Amino acid sequence: MLRKLLIGTMLGSALTAGYAASTYAAGGSVEVLHWWTSGGEAAALDVLKKKLESQGVTWKDMPVAGGGGEAAMTALRARVTAGDPPTAVQALGFDITDWAKQGVVGDLGEVADKEGWDKVVPTALQNFAKHDGKWIAAPVNVHSTNWVWISKKALDAAGGKTPENWDELIAVLDKMKANGITPLAHGGQAWQDATIFDAVVLSLGTDFYKASMIDNDPAALGGEKMVEAFDRMAKLKSYVDKDFSGRDWNLASAMVIEGKAGMQMMGDWAKGEFLKAGQKPGSDFVCIRFPGTQGAVTFNSDMFMMFKVGDDKKAAQLTMASDIESPDFQSSFNVVKGSVPARTDVPDTAFDDCGKKGIKDLAEANSSGKLFGSMAHGYAVPAAVKNAMYDVITRHFNGELDSKAAAAALVEAVAAAKG
Amino acid sequence: MADATATARNAIANPRATLQDLLPKIVLAPSFAVILIFVYGFIAFTAVLSFSGSKLLPDFSTWVGLSNYVRLFNHPNWIVALKNLAIFSILYIVICSVIGLALAIFLDQKIRGEGLLRPIYLYPMALSFIVTGVAWKWFLDPGIGLEHVMQSIGWESFSFRWIKDGKMAIYTIVIAAVWQSSGFVMAMFLAGLRGVDNEIIKAAQIDGASTFVIYRRIIIPLMRPVFLSAFVVLAHLAIKSYDLVVAMTDGGPGTATWTPALFMQKFTFGRNEMGMGAASAIIMMMMIFAIIVPYLYSELGGKKK
Repeated sequence: MLRKLLIGTMLGSALTAGYAASTYAAGGSVEVLHWWTSGGEAAALDVLKKKLESQGVTWKDMPVAGGGGEAAMTALRARVTAGDPPTAVQALGFDITDWAKQGVVGDLGEVADKEGWDKVVPTALQNFAKHDGKWIAAPVNVHSTNWVWISKKALDAAGGKTPENWDELIAVLDKMKANGITPLAHGGQAWQDATIFDAVVLSLGTDFYKASMIDNDPAALGGEKMVEAFDRMAKLKSYVDKDFSGRDWNLASAMVIEGKAGMQMMGDWAKGEFLKAGQKPGSDFVCIRFPGTQGAVTFNSDMFMMFKVGDDKKAAQLTMASDIESPDFQSSFNVVKGSVPARTDVPDTAFDDCGKKGIKDLAEANSSGKLFGSMAHGYAVPAAVKNAMYDVITRHFNGELDSKAAAAALVEAVAAAKG
Repeated sequence: MADATATARNAIANPRATLQDLLPKIVLAPSFAVILIFVYGFIAFTAVLSFSGSKLLPDFSTWVGLSNYVRLFNHPNWIVALKNLAIFSILYIVICSVIGLALAIFLDQKIRGEGLLRPIYLYPMALSFIVTGVAWKWFLDPGIGLEHVMQSIGWESFSFRWIKDGKMAIYTIVIAAVWQSSGFVMAMFLAGLRGVDNEIIKAAQIDGASTFVIYRRIIIPLMRPVFLSAFVVLAHLAIKSYDLVVAMTDGGPGTATWTPALFMQKFTFGRNEMGMGAASAIIMMMMIFAIIVPYLYSELGGKKK
């Protein structure tokens, strides 16, 4: 009797659970894990959410902020280990490759083939968004990291000419110093040091960047050119203020906005800070490529990595992927976010001058083969190697190593991280 | 009728006796099982992981032997972390004990307002290390904190920028940690001082011993068990030190303030080096065992005698 009752209840609850699951699927829903929680980012993501909701797909938000996505990746580990991954996860570079290797990601081939993603998404991005020839992630945007944001006022006081090579950059920085402001606004956090390092290495030649940062050729990592790259870092350090260490990047942007500092070397997310403060590109601030890296772009691209989900959720997942790659979403999202579209055929009419330049540079770099993944942002080497490089770069930048020792340490650290 | 109840009572009494026997075991069983799985089970799991080639997720198909440990001890950041741990734990334990003992002795002089002073010293303990860390980070930041305030009230040459200096930054963490914990050590010593038999002190006074001698020769030696307890509590806090470092410097400037716990977190979750992270966790656990086991041994061994 008791046993019958028990079985009865279990069956009953199983039935209700099954029923609940089926009604759930009828509406269609996507669960999205991301770390876009700050004002501008959340507003940009809202564009996607609204678009999906208008198509009858429910958006289940799962924001995990902190550590540039590190906290989100930790949450993701728990979900995947438990066998219940979210539908889509915001992810970067080699993290996507690492997850793909675990065999837990979905397949977007159906949508990608129909919409011809292969033709419009830059090849360098496809290396990450595709695994074993299958589309596993939908790229949302492209941030390029080799930008310099200069205060127009400070630049005019320092001669008014934007620097085009290393020597001109140093001349401008020297003049700014003489004018009594902090020439270079910078936050002493490992990833920010590495962001400048990316640009410095790139300014010593695109081949050198590829050999050292992407192929990790020991001869390039420890060679004369690398010593020179570290020397340039040390030179740049002499232009930062003494309280730089630990400062967040947006506070460094604020120094340029307020006129306390002359320029900041940072990816194009910094533009959002300038725009928010009511500044206009061209008249209040100037955006240039890091001197010596014109024509080349180091990128960082936000992607939504799609996980293997049950058939009931598959339709909603594909809808989301298709929405992300639609040109009108790419345009409206990236205007808000400050980045440029992840496909090269999106019209640039809605973008400001810096955005237009970014779109043009990206297309140019893509066709000339000078579009490289940014080391600082996880698009050149896997996390272990990236962080090993961070260690050396930040120790050198903080004066613990001289340039020769740093180049040698770089070779060693990369080898150790790969072992 | 009366007979019937008596028999029934007996029948109940026996199961009740059995129940009473079983009750402690039944009550303890869930917590025992939980601890067995979630503490010792996971320690074993971590130990197994440390011999595997796990990167992003636990991976039990590749075994690398001791290679994670070899790589760990060849890693410059781990060496920095160990050096920092040595500096931090020695200074933290010694300074906390000295300040805690001194405060306790002063508070024990039957002074007025002890009821007010005691919670003031104890209060920092009520804050989490994250709050302490953020507060001290701002206080020590030369741009907005102490240095800025001193210079703006006229002491132009005042300079205190340890937190921005790779060689000195670890000492700022010691300062914050001591501020946080010395009140707690004071409370421990105060409890110990209150437990000292007045007769002994009176006897010493009759013998003409000065207060200083009484403290040095009698009271402080009597505090031995408190020193031991304080040491064990502070030592494991020092080895675990993570939140304070994250809040104050996040390991910087450069890699100057890395600690073993920070290393473990960064390698396991940030660098997708789960095997190496597990190896560092095992080393940390061995360090804690090296402190706790002799302590437990002396405590439990003492009782048996």
